[in-house]
Amino acid sequence: MFSRAYRAAVTVPPLLWVTVLLLIPYLLMFCYSFWSVSMAQTVVHSWTLDNYRELLRVNVYWQTLFRSMWIAARVMLFSLLLGYPLAYYLSFHAGKRKDLFYQLVIIPLWVSYLVRAYAWKTILGSDGVLNTLLQYVHVTTHPLGFLLYSPFAVVLTLTHIYTPFTILPIYASLEHIPRALVEASHDLGGSPSQTFWRVIFPLSIPGVLAGATFAFVLSLGDFLAPLLLGGPSGIMISNIVVSLFGAAYNWPLGAAISLCMLVLVVGLLFISERLEKKWSFT
Amino acid sequence: MELHMSNDTHASSGTRWLLVHTVAVFAFLYLPIAVLIVYSFNGEGVGGFPPHNLTLDWYRMLFADAAIWESVGNSVVVALAAVAIALAFGVLAALALDRAQFPGKALFRRLVLLPLILPGIITGLSLLMLFREADVKLSLLTIVLGHGTALISVATTEVFAGLQKVDRAQEEASLDLGASYWQTFWRVTIPNLQLPIIGAALLIFTLSMDEIAVSFFLIGRDNTLPLEIWGRLRRGITPEINAISTIIFVFSLVAIVIWYRLRVRTEGRPEIAELIEAAVQGGLTHEHES
Amino acid sequence: MASTTSESTVVTGLTKLATEPLLSIRNIAKHFGKNIVLRDISLDIAEGEFLTILGESGSGKTTLLRIIAGFETANSGQLRMSGERLDRLPPYRRRVNTVFQHYALFPHLTVEQNVAYGLRVAKLSDAEIVSRVEQALSMVKMKEYARSKPAKISGGQQQRVALARALINRPRLLLLDEPLSALDANLRRQMQVELKSLQREVGIAFLFVTHDQEEAMVMSDRIALLRSGELEQVATPREIYRRPATAYTAQFIGHTNLLPADIKDGVARYKSLSWPVQLPDGPALFSLRPENIRLAGISNDPIGDAVRFRGKLRHHAFHGASELLQIEHADGLVLWVRIRSSGGGWHGDLEFEFSPNDAAPVRESQTRD
Repeated sequence: MFSRAYRAAVTVPPLLWVTVLLLIPYLLMFCYSFWSVSMAQTVVHSWTLDNYRELLRVNVYWQTLFRSMWIAARVMLFSLLLGYPLAYYLSFHAGKRKDLFYQLVIIPLWVSYLVRAYAWKTILGSDGVLNTLLQYVHVTTHPLGFLLYSPFAVVLTLTHIYTPFTILPIYASLEHIPRALVEASHDLGGSPSQTFWRVIFPLSIPGVLAGATFAFVLSLGDFLAPLLLGGPSGIMISNIVVSLFGAAYNWPLGAAISLCMLVLVVGLLFISERLEKKWSFT
Repeated sequence: MELHMSNDTHASSGTRWLLVHTVAVFAFLYLPIAVLIVYSFNGEGVGGFPPHNLTLDWYRMLFADAAIWESVGNSVVVALAAVAIALAFGVLAALALDRAQFPGKALFRRLVLLPLILPGIITGLSLLMLFREADVKLSLLTIVLGHGTALISVATTEVFAGLQKVDRAQEEASLDLGASYWQTFWRVTIPNLQLPIIGAALLIFTLSMDEIAVSFFLIGRDNTLPLEIWGRLRRGITPEINAISTIIFVFSLVAIVIWYRLRVRTEGRPEIAELIEAAVQGGLTHEHES
Repeated sequence: MASTTSESTVVTGLTKLATEPLLSIRNIAKHFGKNIVLRDISLDIAEGEFLTILGESGSGKTTLLRIIAGFETANSGQLRMSGERLDRLPPYRRRVNTVFQHYALFPHLTVEQNVAYGLRVAKLSDAEIVSRVEQALSMVKMKEYARSKPAKISGGQQQRVALARALINRPRLLLLDEPLSALDANLRRQMQVELKSLQREVGIAFLFVTHDQEEAMVMSDRIALLRSGELEQVATPREIYRRPATAYTAQFIGHTNLLPADIKDGVARYKSLSWPVQLPDGPALFSLRPENIRLAGISNDPIGDAVRFRGKLRHHAFHGASELLQIEHADGLVLWVRIRSSGGGWHGDLEFEFSPNDAAPVRESQTRD
């Protein structure tokens, strides 16, 4: 029905944009990872595998990567634990308050990341709200040091930020479950808890996978929370990349790490997508 | 998908615990922000409990702070430009995905959606390398290009969802009555997409105003608001930042509630969740497959 | 002579059941906000009977079913099954199972697993589950599809699985919520027959909900006609057809002519018609089925006291085995007549006759709300 001119008109501009500003940059990053940096702090376009060798050789990159993955895993886990019951309540039990609660979930999503990370920074510091509160009510006598500038702070803050992201896909998949199925389960003798584990939860798995992937992937690549709240023990892989593009000035090495991250993330997305399809029945 | 479960409750202790959990999670999500707001009025500054000596001093300081307002101006300009770009290309991309077949469509679809799910650092750095190689100086323009690229996906998903609801027969009727494709596009297609477009614009504007991860790498001489705040944070915390954060929160709140109401008017509860799912699945979650 | 059916049996449906009823529904009322869906329903369901709740959309029939299943709670009234209070139990403790309108098969489970579901949650042994599932699947002829997922089988097949899934639990009462409405006409007719024989075979009481009066007539032992939340009439198909209690019933089930007549001195008069009745003076409403009117002077089998009238053919519809004629008389009398199909060719004045016994008196239906 649509003429070729029409189809060309709608297809070409976005295709061009995406090619120039998405595809080519990724390809460039790929190329950079094989280049090197000269003494004079310029990038030399000579092809070498040195960057990757460096990555494999030097421990700190591995350690940081694993620490980042461990942090991301915890964020994912806590987001799911916090988010799933809320999504379930919202979908099945909220009744008249459903609209209100849904808005309450999406509002934090759009409040600046920076604002929220900053809020935690002021709360967790040794002179921060939490410490002074605890001392005020005589629960503790000195400020707790581990609250800020630690992996704990990073996990806490990232969980705070990504829990809404986890709630939404779970909520969406729960909403898609026809209520007749829940009734059918009850009708056949299934108690509410049996109904949940045998019918509701299996059918919500795609949403859980989507939310988990989102939380994990975004946490893994996060550099702002560690910078603000992580301290030396909370450095994540992206911070290393940032410094390589900044003071440490080694763009090719940074590109190599970024590329690894990109491959890792895309790989996770791919796996997640496959799993979701496998668990998708409705 | 509502059932008449209204009069029917087996409101057991299980449900009550769920409610407790829900309220607790909401508290977790909102208390930090509440603290922030409260302490923006605290005379003693950012820490310490309990807050006392309530004052508007920090707000006064904020309003006198020229650098902040300059960065706000920059942010607004960038956000408007980002909206324009993202919408222009996003609407076309949505149409292309909905109606056209072309080689590389699957790859295109995934590429468009990738920035939603990728950590911002990757998008930011890859663009930085592009600008470096192309010898483009970093400035507000590069930030605009960065935001536009990252946010096209938002426009695409929103408009695509809206397209599913457009009655194809209307466009066919228009063509049947003698209008050209171009005329049909402006007279029938776009008006039908009004609400998704406005919604997307609102969303993109808000996201652009808050954007920091991509902007971090593409910044030139001029700061956007988040970067300005970031700079100050590196130097030390002042309650002025609480004040500006409070203002940001209020604006975001208003923007989102408006967006939500808009969406509810078109099609029941908005499917932001589908946006996220779409990104994670690397596809658009409606039946149209390439 | 025409006579009325007793009001008590009509309204409460507590017709002469010989034994203790299986399910006793008493004064069930339900409203959603301002919307009153069920007013005051009392009905007994006998063991092993096939009872259909018939009604238009909005009549409350599905709500009544859901209350019995346990998915809704009535605002007042009681349900008793064999003497025990049913309405106090949650759905998963009632010995009642439902076949849902769109089957509600679990998409993530195979046919086999779907059917086994009720037994699994009851924690029966694997061995017993396997054997009973096999038996149930054979009964509905779905054995070859045991390992398939619901998405891969047709609507009719899904319906059989839904049946098996419900019946395997040996409920005391099976509820069926318009299960045939999603099927096409031929499959529907076939399933009506199969369902009826299945019910005879298992001997379980079936409570069937539908809006299709033909379906109700074909399948039921008794029909409960529901209108705007109240029972209009509860009777066997034959009785409800021959002796409709109200004008609504007469019109809802089959075609009829409604004659608003005036009775004086034992004679009912409507336009140019008059016939003898044994009823008190005053206005009365009569239902006359089109098939009870025939062409005058043709049959060798005369009707005693035949009422005759003349008229011209105004409209004519061919229904295959029969034809439906609309006959109009000069004084404005218009009647529908159904006759066996013939060669056709009607012209001029035609004369028809019917027996006074076939003019059944009906009550005016009260308007509600």
